[in-house]
Amino acid sequence: MQKVSEKVIARARELMHDGTVSKVVGWKAGEFFYDCEPNVFETEESLKDLVYNRFCGANLSKYMIKNSIASGGEGAGKVLVLLKPCDTYSFNQLLTEHRIDRENVYILGVGCEGMCDIDRIRERGFKGITGVLEADSGNELVITTLYGEGKVNIDDVLLNKCDSCKGKAHKIYDELISDNEDEGPRGDRFEGVRELEAMSPEQRFAFWQAELSKCIRCNACRNACPACSCRKCVFDNNASGIASKANTDSFEEKMFHIIRAFHVAGRCTDCGECTRVCPQGIPLHLFNRKYIKDINDFYGEYAAGEEAGQRGPLISFTEQDIEPGHAVVKGGN
Amino acid sequence: MAVKIIPLNELEKLFAAVALTKKLYLPVEKAGQYDYAPWEPGTGYDPEVLHTVKSAKGVFFPQSEDLVRYKRDGFSLSIAQVAPEDEDFVVFGVHACDVAGFEVLDRVFLSDPVDTYYKARREHGTVVSVMCAKPEETCFCGTFGIDAEQPGGDVQSWISGDTLYMEALTQKGEALLDQLDGIIMDGNDAENRKAVNDAAEEHKEIMRKLPLADLTTDGFGKEADLLTLFGRPEWKELSSSCLGCGTCTYVCPTCQCYDIREYDTGHGISRFRVWDSCMYSDFTMMAHGSPRPDQLQRFRQRFMHKLKYYPDNYDGAFSCVGCGRCLQKCPISMNIVKVMKKLGGADND
Repeated sequence: MQKVSEKVIARARELMHDGTVSKVVGWKAGEFFYDCEPNVFETEESLKDLVYNRFCGANLSKYMIKNSIASGGEGAGKVLVLLKPCDTYSFNQLLTEHRIDRENVYILGVGCEGMCDIDRIRERGFKGITGVLEADSGNELVITTLYGEGKVNIDDVLLNKCDSCKGKAHKIYDELISDNEDEGPRGDRFEGVRELEAMSPEQRFAFWQAELSKCIRCNACRNACPACSCRKCVFDNNASGIASKANTDSFEEKMFHIIRAFHVAGRCTDCGECTRVCPQGIPLHLFNRKYIKDINDFYGEYAAGEEAGQRGPLISFTEQDIEPGHAVVKGGN
Repeated sequence: MAVKIIPLNELEKLFAAVALTKKLYLPVEKAGQYDYAPWEPGTGYDPEVLHTVKSAKGVFFPQSEDLVRYKRDGFSLSIAQVAPEDEDFVVFGVHACDVAGFEVLDRVFLSDPVDTYYKARREHGTVVSVMCAKPEETCFCGTFGIDAEQPGGDVQSWISGDTLYMEALTQKGEALLDQLDGIIMDGNDAENRKAVNDAAEEHKEIMRKLPLADLTTDGFGKEADLLTLFGRPEWKELSSSCLGCGTCTYVCPTCQCYDIREYDTGHGISRFRVWDSCMYSDFTMMAHGSPRPDQLQRFRQRFMHKLKYYPDNYDGAFSCVGCGRCLQKCPISMNIVKVMKKLGGADND
């Protein structure tokens, strides 16, 4: 990771210096080693804080809606964005939806070996975390804390989305810095969905009731989601009659996330940002993966964002399409 | 100080005794996350848990609460105000930062015009604080002059070894400890006082080692020049990746803004109030539109409120207690510490 990181930072500086780009959308060093934040760098000087490390999990694709459109114009220069392999699916999907001005973007594809989740490190009992070192072997982290030191296996503390990594291949880029061979997807991403499908309706209801009743309607999932790019969300629109800042009743509590998942069905690339950002740890990706799995079952394998300009199965009718009554035949499952 | 003690493994008895006559709130685990919720037999208490996801403020200022109910019956309309809280309750396990958060809310809701609903809950609620077990690297309550070893509230308590040591600070606190006579024991001797002092000293030692121990409020507060702070060019970069979600405001112990809305229940209307967030696009929406059309302005509002407007209005007191929840929960890892270090005095570099 260290080698790629140095190359990425050096290349971003070069591209800014030679005028290829006028802005860089990347990750900025935080207060601690793990709180790197997405940032728009506008000067060469500011790039001293650019980092690329194990804690750059945030998907920067959605920032390109604002930053690619706002750029442009004579001599304004392009905007450089750093995209990990999984992030490129979101970028493609936004291109498909005409939400990004491709002309104004320079994509630097950056290799990724999996991003770590500070919350998962905390869940393993570490408190007062002050430092981390990646062991030379590349599969362990040495964690230093105010209360002592310990080791964790990197695979145990990856972000949820990295547990079932889509693969190391970038689906779109202008330039690539990566040492990784693409070994295809990691793990079975539908395992969690199968567990839910195997439950009785009562068990499944209880599972979601416990999870969704934690929701505080902070909208972090929606605002981080690259598929949620409506200029004005219906839930923010006071004229819609359903605008709300809290779950007014238990029905709304359950329906908010289900409706949102339906709205992004067929467009969700399974980037995992919803689950990553949820302050309450609700496994929101399970909704999206259920719909992705169903789409695959009904219409054949489909990956939103694999290519720009794809027509998803839900918006392209063919005579072979499944009959709407199929779900009824299956008893609602 | 009159110390009362109870072994930690008998806390269940204490909770049950409180719950006999009062509702009891404490940090409760639900699907892997802790939040304040009513105690039930078997709920337990984990002293190692530093933070609930949401602060304890919801006990006095719930995320949403009904104010008025309208009901139509044929051609007649009935309007009923929802009565303010009229039953006593206890909140157990609040740490010093969240107790200080109540004081921030008190200045707003208990000064003229007094908030009836908040006041009723404050009067009926008894706060039992506990000195936090293991502060995190994200903690900085000391920056705001909060004494983590004297957590405050109506009863304050400490854990040392296998024992909870309690001390009443107010009449309400004394009444609660009196009610628990027989469950808790008198422990007002030199040995116990020493145990408390030792635990506090040990805690103080950790507080000194916290990475944010040196963070200061220099450059903010009453003395700072409002327009200079407001006009700082750094707000642009600080806010450049803010998602405009409400996570920071909803987990915050001091954010106090709310909206009043109405909900069509199908057979009537409920008027309720609900936490609002200055990060949202329709916050303080007016007839002419939003006074803060960009995220930069909304972002600046939140931190100016905590570090400048609130101190101006309340004799220099800050509207942040350094609990560090926003540091842990912001989806993009932006937070008040980064703002203070960027815009504050030279000491913070």
